Amino acid sequence: MVQLPHFLTVSALLFAAGVFAVVTRRNAVALLMGVELMLNAANLNFAAFSRFSHNALDGQIFAMLSIVTAAAEVAVALAIVLNIYRNIETIDADRAGDLRG
Amino acid sequence: METTITTYALILALPLVAFVVQVFLGKRLPRGGDWLVIGAICIDLLLSLRVFFGALFFSSFAGTPFVWNLHGWLGDADTGVLALSTGIMVDNVTAMMLVVVTSCSTLIFLFSTGYMAGHPRYGLFFAYLSLFAFSMLLLVLGNNLIALFMGWELVGLSSYLLIGFLFEEPVVAPDIVPASACKKAFITNRIGDTGFLLGILTLFSFTGKIAYGDVFEAVRNGAFGDHATLLTVAGILLFCGAMAKSAQFPLHVWLPDAMAGPTPVSALIHAATMVAAGVYMVARLYPLFTPDALTFIAYTGAFTALFGATVALVMNDIKRVLAYSTISQLGYMVFGLGVGAYSAGLFHLMTHAFFKALLFLAAGSVIHAMHRAYHHAGLEWNPRSGENDAQDMRNMGGLRKAMPVTFVTTAVAVLAISGVPFTSGFLSKDMILGGAFAFGFVEYPQHFLIPVFGFAAAILTAFYMARFLIMTFLGATRVAERGQEALRESPWNMTVPLVLLAVLCGWFWYNPDPTTIFAKGWVSSFLTPPASAVPPTLVTPSADAHHVAHLTAMLVSLVCAGAGFFAAWMLDRRGAISLEHWRLSGSRVYQLLANKYYVDELYHTTVVAGMVGLSRILGWFDKVFIDGMVNATGRFQTGLSELSGLIDKFGVDGLVNGLARFVRDTGNEVRQIQTGRIQNYIVYATVGLIVLIVVTGM
Repeated sequence: MVQLPHFLTVSALLFAAGVFAVVTRRNAVALLMGVELMLNAANLNFAAFSRFSHNALDGQIFAMLSIVTAAAEVAVALAIVLNIYRNIETIDADRAGDLRG
Repeated sequence: METTITTYALILALPLVAFVVQVFLGKRLPRGGDWLVIGAICIDLLLSLRVFFGALFFSSFAGTPFVWNLHGWLGDADTGVLALSTGIMVDNVTAMMLVVVTSCSTLIFLFSTGYMAGHPRYGLFFAYLSLFAFSMLLLVLGNNLIALFMGWELVGLSSYLLIGFLFEEPVVAPDIVPASACKKAFITNRIGDTGFLLGILTLFSFTGKIAYGDVFEAVRNGAFGDHATLLTVAGILLFCGAMAKSAQFPLHVWLPDAMAGPTPVSALIHAATMVAAGVYMVARLYPLFTPDALTFIAYTGAFTALFGATVALVMNDIKRVLAYSTISQLGYMVFGLGVGAYSAGLFHLMTHAFFKALLFLAAGSVIHAMHRAYHHAGLEWNPRSGENDAQDMRNMGGLRKAMPVTFVTTAVAVLAISGVPFTSGFLSKDMILGGAFAFGFVEYPQHFLIPVFGFAAAILTAFYMARFLIMTFLGATRVAERGQEALRESPWNMTVPLVLLAVLCGWFWYNPDPTTIFAKGWVSSFLTPPASAVPPTLVTPSADAHHVAHLTAMLVSLVCAGAGFFAAWMLDRRGAISLEHWRLSGSRVYQLLANKYYVDELYHTTVVAGMVGLSRILGWFDKVFIDGMVNATGRFQTGLSELSGLIDKFGVDGLVNGLARFVRDTGNEVRQIQTGRIQNYIVYATVGLIVLIVVTGM
């Protein structure tokens, strides 16, 4: 029987993979992908907790909201990355330091 | 003939005004302003003559001198604390001094217009002369000890200025440097003045008065009480001032060197007037001197008279002969006063002023001519070998033809100073010697040395003055041949004073009877000795022996003068006595005289060397101890400052800097975290999150 700890473990592994991707990658697209992994780990937690703790739909609705928000965020982020590429002909996040103080 | 204060105020003010104007405007006035100074002194002479004749013919000061007081001069007149007044006192002695000073000054100022002609500081010379005239008149006119002392110091100052007038010349005669001669005169006088001032203060502390009359009155009323011997001490202290100013042994050393001044200065200040100030002072304070003090004065004077005369024997510099002669003659005046021949001493002061001024002016005239001759011949004076010295009598001779006026007037003066009848010198010197004779041979036989010295000096005086006349004017000339044609008589403004002074050397002005047997002349009644203020316990009664001694003394002094002249004649014609042989024979006595008894050398090895040694010791003490202390304090302060500097640097600064460094270092370290890399921040955030979870989980 699949219980809550199993979900949480998968979720933690997903989050760790996301963090790892964000920390180690320089490619802006790869960073976005890492962020998406972490977001989905959170979504998984929402769904799992709502199912196993009080058997209601509120966690799943939050997850839906989060997915929509993430989609919008990715759209914006990809547009920024595209613009960065246009300006400096690279998507290496470390090289995009124009706004650095 | 009443006189008023206006007369005396004018007499004092005119030379002072002339001096001030000359100092500031002398260069801009036509002729260097000499007419201003001479005009002032001429008016002074006329006023003085009026005062003098008033006193002589109308007895204007008989019994009561003219006195004018300026009250509240010093101190507080209202409370009377140390209230001193100054003022003017004129009596017969003052009247005589006024005439002597102003007449000598007038003639010598006139002479100076010729002698100093063309000098770059011609105007300043007259300014100083005028300052001298003012100071001398102040000295004579003052009615108190302080005014006397002020005049005394002022004449010393003008003497200093005038001796050093030719300061830019390295040497003016063998061994005489003007710049050091004036210092010598000033310092020697300062030694005497110390005694003088102490004497004045002694009198003031006992009597509380400074005016002559008040002091005499107080002493007469027993101000000294039980300390009567202090009066003798005070008298001798006062006389110390006279010893320096009137060049008495052993403070005479400055006078021969004072010849570094221009010759008119020597005539006016160092022969006729200023050096007589000491004699005037003794005469003015005569009532204060106790018999012991007077005996001291008499011995000093008699010894000086002989001392000066012996040195004058062997001098070859024309001005040095006259300088030592002046010392000797001042000795005469001083011992005249000392033996009680009061009027004789003052009389000799007056006659000496005229004939010695004449001798100096004649010497100036000769030196002037000699300079011209050497200049004409193109010969230069060599101070080292003594060649071509215009003042050396060995280079002169036979000047009577070229300079008849100078010769005749000098001859008159030589006769006068030697005491030959029909001259003024005969009258005055005879009075002094008569007094000395009475004092030493008749009254107090234990003091026989005083007249002996006096008569011996009279022989020597006749001898060296005749030698002076012979070497300068008579015989064959020794002037270099090329220069002889340039020898000629001095201009009128130099010869007129000579002639007038020569006229004053005649007997007639002083006593119509040249033998003094039938008439005593006006002097002895005009200059009567003042009543003594000394307490009777100190006075030994004395008989009036002067009349007894008078004729004998006159005869002896005549014989003395004759002997002196005879010796000089032998020297000249026969060669029986030759100073040159004496010199070449290496005689010790000659050496002693030629070196002026080694007094200068003695002072150099004792006083001067002593002072230098003392100064060295003090200097060493200063350097080692005082400087050491100052330096040690300084070093201690430096050390302390360094220490406090260290504390500041490492303590206070260290604290401030350390704090700053800590903040900076911390900042540097913390900055490392802020890399600007988002990945790093995420790592931190993640790690932090894990730590948080772990911690809360536990």
